[in-house]
Amino acid sequence: MGKSLRVAYGEALVKLGQKNDKIVALDADLAHATMSATFAEAFPDRFFNAGIAECNMMGMAAGFAHTGYIPFASTFALFGSGRAYEIIRNSIAYTNTNVKFGLSHSGLSVGEDGGSHQSIEDVALMREMPNMTVFVPCDPTEMEKAVFAAAEIDGPVYIRVARPVCEDITTEDTPFIPGKANILKDGNDVCIITMGLMVPIALKAAEMLEAEGISAAVVNMHTVKPIDAETILAMNEKCKGIVTAEEHSVIGGLGSAVAEVLAGHAGAKFERVGIQDKFGKSGKPAELFAAYGLTAENIVEKCKATLA
Amino acid sequence: MNYEKKAKELRQEILKSLFACQSGHPGGSLSCVEILMALYYDEMKNLDPKDPKKADRDRLVLSKGHACPTLYAILADLGYFPKEDLAHLRQIDSHLQGHPDCNKTPGVDMNTGSLGQGMSLATGLALAAKHAKADYKVYAVVGDGECQEGIVWEAAMSAAHYKLDNLCVLLDYNGLQIDGTNDQVMGLGNIVEKFKAFGFECFEVDGHNIEEIDKAIEAPVSGKPKFICCHTIKGKGVSFMENQVGWHGRPLKPEEFETAMKELEA
Repeated sequence: MGKSLRVAYGEALVKLGQKNDKIVALDADLAHATMSATFAEAFPDRFFNAGIAECNMMGMAAGFAHTGYIPFASTFALFGSGRAYEIIRNSIAYTNTNVKFGLSHSGLSVGEDGGSHQSIEDVALMREMPNMTVFVPCDPTEMEKAVFAAAEIDGPVYIRVARPVCEDITTEDTPFIPGKANILKDGNDVCIITMGLMVPIALKAAEMLEAEGISAAVVNMHTVKPIDAETILAMNEKCKGIVTAEEHSVIGGLGSAVAEVLAGHAGAKFERVGIQDKFGKSGKPAELFAAYGLTAENIVEKCKATLA
Repeated sequence: MNYEKKAKELRQEILKSLFACQSGHPGGSLSCVEILMALYYDEMKNLDPKDPKKADRDRLVLSKGHACPTLYAILADLGYFPKEDLAHLRQIDSHLQGHPDCNKTPGVDMNTGSLGQGMSLATGLALAAKHAKADYKVYAVVGDGECQEGIVWEAAMSAAHYKLDNLCVLLDYNGLQIDGTNDQVMGLGNIVEKFKAFGFECFEVDGHNIEEIDKAIEAPVSGKPKFICCHTIKGKGVSFMENQVGWHGRPLKPEEFETAMKELEA
């Protein structure tokens, strides 16, 4: 039985709130979609609705943080990272203010709502800000760890929260160290570096490659910033090719972050699977993943391209 | 305190720091001198220059952050940092940034500069104070042009919704902005009626009369945020700057500086 990452986010917030009375939550009239409502039910006096006003929600969250609270602000990833971008930039990141963002409905997996609601640039927008940490958890267990890790960090943390139900890949015992990637499967020929909902798809691609006699590693880059350059460079030394796979634009996201690390390392063979400079559209998540090439088959093809 | 003498001294300090860096915003800095004097010399409680982050202090969010030379002159006068620092405004390695930075300057409560955000930050501070059952008050000084930003009204709506009677918004209403008068650029309409309609208890004062500002700040309110419309003159105190759009953000020439300093002799 899987669980939606947003449900895991809401439950994790409650657990965190039980341990730390400085945790407060804000939402912009989407509490029942982001699941910050779970926190609101548990701690009604520590939940503040900003109404449909994302910019003001971020400003108010900063105000809370300046008096010693640890606010978690939630809304859809697109409106949080996009509309409120400059509030986050100037009133939170610039000041290294202790605000956490749990922004949900990220990526194409929003599905039927279509391109207006599918955030494919949030990781890019968040990771280019100094002082910002960016987490992209891949399953419910990792989501809880990310929420707790965010509270431990003194500064802004972006947590990308996806909507679909997904199975656990990691376990209670899997370490979650910010900035330290997890090698989920080792391999020698090609390394797939991935995050979020693409992790299980990358694992499937690795299996398909193994069946063809190609040894493929899979790295879960749960922290996109600070990026684990050490692991990327070690895998680049060991493997002939590197392929990134993300439910995000290939411009500015994980693919770009890895490319930035690989740049200057002559001879790196590198391919990116992700949304190729296009907006999303309405459809079922699985249909959209297929239409935009977010598939195990496409990852396999790109891996082979690096080996050619 | 001899307000008139102090105001002249502060205006001199403001112009000296702006003349030294040959940049910055004289007009709007001069228009809010008395507003910030009323707050810092008369109204704000539990301020301690030796402990600028004291938990129970009243807070000021200078939402019109470009007027920070005024804030800096007052903080230096109160002893938060040496007066000599004012000569290094906007210069590399100075703690006095072009717009307020709470991580660099002792006594600055909040970063501002990107217009409108200060209203929202102040609302968050006031809501956090209410939640913590803390007694301190939060003051926001906003510009008139700034009220064209949507976030000002998002914040205003939420301040009334959460009944933030610990929040006091003071408008530096000098009527001018970069591209012209408010009315030429984007008319504010009846700004007092607008704040009233958003649920604020509203007052109107002469923004260069400290007694009037004090009285409005001290007027009791319950269950409502307060809005004080302070009618001011942009460039106040320097004859050739008063009510001149062009003095929003232009450096002073040496002869202009000399004339201005003479006019401001106490």
